[in-house]
Amino acid sequence: MIAFELPAVTPARAKTGLAILALTLLLAALVAAFVIAPTEREMGDVQRIFYFHVASAWTAFLAFFVVFLASIAYLRTKTPRWDIVAASAAEIGIVFTTLTLISGSVWARSAWGTWWTWEPRLTTTLMLWLIYVSYLILREMVEEPDRRAAFAAVFGIIGFVDVPIVFMSIRWWRTLHPQVVGSEGFNMEGAMLPALFLSVIAFTVVFLHILILRAGLERSQHEMMELRRRARWIQEGGG
Amino acid sequence: MWQALRKPTFIIPALSAESGIAAFLTQALAIAAKDVRSEIRSREAVSGSLVFALLVMIIFNFAFDLEGEMAEVAGPGVLWVAIALAGMMGLGHVFAKEREQGGLQGLLLTPVDRGAIFLGKMTGALLLTLALEAFLLPLFALFSNVSILSPGLMVVVLMGTLGFVTVGTLFSAMAVTSRSRELMLPLLLLPVATPVLLAAVEGTRFALQGEPWSELVPPLTMLAAFDVVFLGLCPFLFEYVMEEMGA
Repeated sequence: MIAFELPAVTPARAKTGLAILALTLLLAALVAAFVIAPTEREMGDVQRIFYFHVASAWTAFLAFFVVFLASIAYLRTKTPRWDIVAASAAEIGIVFTTLTLISGSVWARSAWGTWWTWEPRLTTTLMLWLIYVSYLILREMVEEPDRRAAFAAVFGIIGFVDVPIVFMSIRWWRTLHPQVVGSEGFNMEGAMLPALFLSVIAFTVVFLHILILRAGLERSQHEMMELRRRARWIQEGGG
Repeated sequence: MWQALRKPTFIIPALSAESGIAAFLTQALAIAAKDVRSEIRSREAVSGSLVFALLVMIIFNFAFDLEGEMAEVAGPGVLWVAIALAGMMGLGHVFAKEREQGGLQGLLLTPVDRGAIFLGKMTGALLLTLALEAFLLPLFALFSNVSILSPGLMVVVLMGTLGFVTVGTLFSAMAVTSRSRELMLPLLLLPVATPVLLAAVEGTRFALQGEPWSELVPPLTMLAAFDVVFLGLCPFLFEYVMEEMGA
């Protein structure tokens, strides 16, 4: 029998607690962004999308960082748990990258007069999205579990190398994209900061919550496959 | 060390007296030399991908009318699309050929450092891609009526190709052992290599427009960053890919 190590089950109470915390923080972020934060002088109310845009982008990068770390952990330990975490984080990262692209697009329509422009930061973000879509397709295409996990981990590590370059590109190329967080600190009104911080924290908690749920689902799937395999083995008169 | 290039017989590098770095390089070179020699005898990959690259350029020339100003604006993109697509055909060949002939098992069983196997396969692929470019660049210059005789352009082409081939060799090894491998290599390689290609296109454009070196620094920095990171990571990650390649 192949020993099959599965991720520890998160207690239901902890899950509920995290869900409530996420919801509360999201509501607080909404209040901070729409009520407390002042209206931007030139862009008007459209600027408020910025709080959620930055929060989605941050969460997407965090998710891909988790893919990167879990991939390294998988290659080192070869335990399926890390493979499950990497796959789950990649899926969630794609969702948040999509949100970043959509919210940015809506903002750009108002601020730049176009939904999309082939500007370095936008292009690299789109490429980041494509890398992790490829990551998921790769997982679909390799059937043997150990090989799938190893190949996905290798791709998850290489793919993440692009992330720092997404950050750097804004400095290497002349860019349209606003640089709000520069070397001189935050380039915005002080009253806007609570909204930004709250939405970043809220999105991070939402990410953790979904990650735990998604990994749990994947773990149940693994468990079911393993039970099926054992049932077949018993039916065939083994052991 | 250079003997390996001329010597046609099979050598077992691990049994040679050398050790350390010298042995590592000899082993890698033996594998690269094997691939180059087999290509010189069969002329499969380079001639096939060159025809393909030419067709790509013809289609783009037809679409964009690549002359004069247009050659400098759209030309770099056309050139790199041709290099990437044709280069990918060659990269697909790197491990597929081994698998067809049953050479993969032999390669996996060879008692040498796996980094040396990667470096060898990568160097072989790099030499073949550079050979492709040696034919392609003059044809590009001829068709688009631009001068390619600039040191800046050579550096951009070399650095861009190095990054592309390094990560391409790793993915080629992954693609060859998975289902629908023809689909797999482009799927893995293109998203990861696109930033490299973008920097290369940018650098090529500056070089063709005769900009000074200072203008070339940002794309070259980016290419250098990719080359260093890929060269550092890929031989190391290749070990894990090889573990799963055998079956």
